Amino acid sequence: MAKIPQKRIHKYLRHNKKFPHVWCPGCSNGIVLGAIIRAIDELKIERDDIAMVSGIGCSSRMPVYVDFNTLHSLHGRAIPFATGIKFFKPHMKVIVVTGDGDSTAIGGNHFIHAARRNIDITVVIVNNNIYGMTGGQYSPCTPHDDVATTMPYGNIDNTFDICKLAIGAGASFVGRTTAYHAIEAQQMIKKAVSHNGFSVVEVVSACPVIYGRLNKKGGAPEMMTEMKENSITLKGIDKLPADKKEGKIIRGIFIDEKRPEFNDKYQQLVDHLKEKK
Amino acid sequence: MSEKIERHREGAIIKDDLPEKMEVEINEVNTSGDYKESPVYIYYTWCKKCGICVEFCPTHCLGSKPDGSPFVEHPEKCIHCETCDRLCPDFAITGAKR
Ligand SMILES: Cc1ncc(C[n+]2csc(CCOP(=O)(O)OP(=O)(O)O)c2C)c(N)n1
Ligand code: SF4
Ligand code: SF4
Ligand code: SF4
Repeated sequence: MAKIPQKRIHKYLRHNKKFPHVWCPGCSNGIVLGAIIRAIDELKIERDDIAMVSGIGCSSRMPVYVDFNTLHSLHGRAIPFATGIKFFKPHMKVIVVTGDGDSTAIGGNHFIHAARRNIDITVVIVNNNIYGMTGGQYSPCTPHDDVATTMPYGNIDNTFDICKLAIGAGASFVGRTTAYHAIEAQQMIKKAVSHNGFSVVEVVSACPVIYGRLNKKGGAPEMMTEMKENSITLKGIDKLPADKKEGKIIRGIFIDEKRPEFNDKYQQLVDHLKEKK
Repeated sequence: MSEKIERHREGAIIKDDLPEKMEVEINEVNTSGDYKESPVYIYYTWCKKCGICVEFCPTHCLGSKPDGSPFVEHPEKCIHCETCDRLCPDFAITGAKR
């Protein structure tokens, strides 16, 4: 049989897993995973020096497919597991992949406190505005008035702005991009992984099968076209008149600061106390 | 390498070759000519026919078959921008320059 060329990504996949993967047709999870793999490939980090940790959810299935050190943990608890790994193996690059529900609903507390602690973990949040895996319950990131199975008449709650939440809690690197902007996502993840401190990358994503259907958003191409047309960079938003700013997805790196990292501070403390003895 | 890592590796051998599963079908449009000349490769066994690659190819090099799966309609138009490559959620198409 003829051999055809492999993609760069294929060499990072676990070939003993079942492919095609479980995600629905057009689901952005695969695009985000591709961006993460490309970022790691460009950074030339050894596979064994990466730990990819997730909770539960569609997006949280990513670690199953890749040949890094991986941990598929409990719903909402990816960050505590990741903290344990980082604390025990500080040289490792720890990447958490998580959904909007996983990270801001059940795992909200872990998220804000890890940010406050500024521990060197990269959190990639796949924000598809809904609980995909369990069939479409609303999440803290479901936009106002949008339909979910548990908000059949439209969401009356307000929505979390993940980036503002992360900045407020003390994360030292925070950025937002979309699944359509795959190159931007790749570059942002690259920066986030290299950053020494708690870094958050929110990737606005499409769940065409649950969220898309409930809200009549069309298929994946339509939803991604919306990302393209309805998003604007940080620089661009300043130039827009106030009435046009509403409802826009703002892309870009909101904060990128050098601040004392948790493991470094801990090591300093240990060294200091040893000296005293 | 520790024994544990080795055992883990066994299950996930990093092959330089194509994994067997992906060797099944080659780009059908090129069955008349040499498939090696195709600028784009589509792994039909992995493709879920979502239409993203066809929609976002900037040069409209890709077309859609009646069943929704993509094919290389205008091979000469491909600029190897890798847009299809990056946006395919199923790692099922590659437009990288070789
Ligand atoms: C402790 C616990 N509560 C509830 C669930 C059920 N559950 C599984 S996935 C999920 C929601 C996932 O949503 P999200 O994190 O947004 O990820 P998505 O599937 O949208 O990618 C829920 C509630 C669970 N597995 N464990
Ligand atoms: S339910 Fe939504 S998030 Fe989950 S795999 Fe399907 S499209 Fe993706
Ligand atoms: S590499 Fe670019 S031009 Fe070629 S088929 Fe893919 S998207 Fe189209
Ligand atoms: S983007 Fe990928 S999965 Fe979707 S139609 Fe194209 S090749 Fe198939």
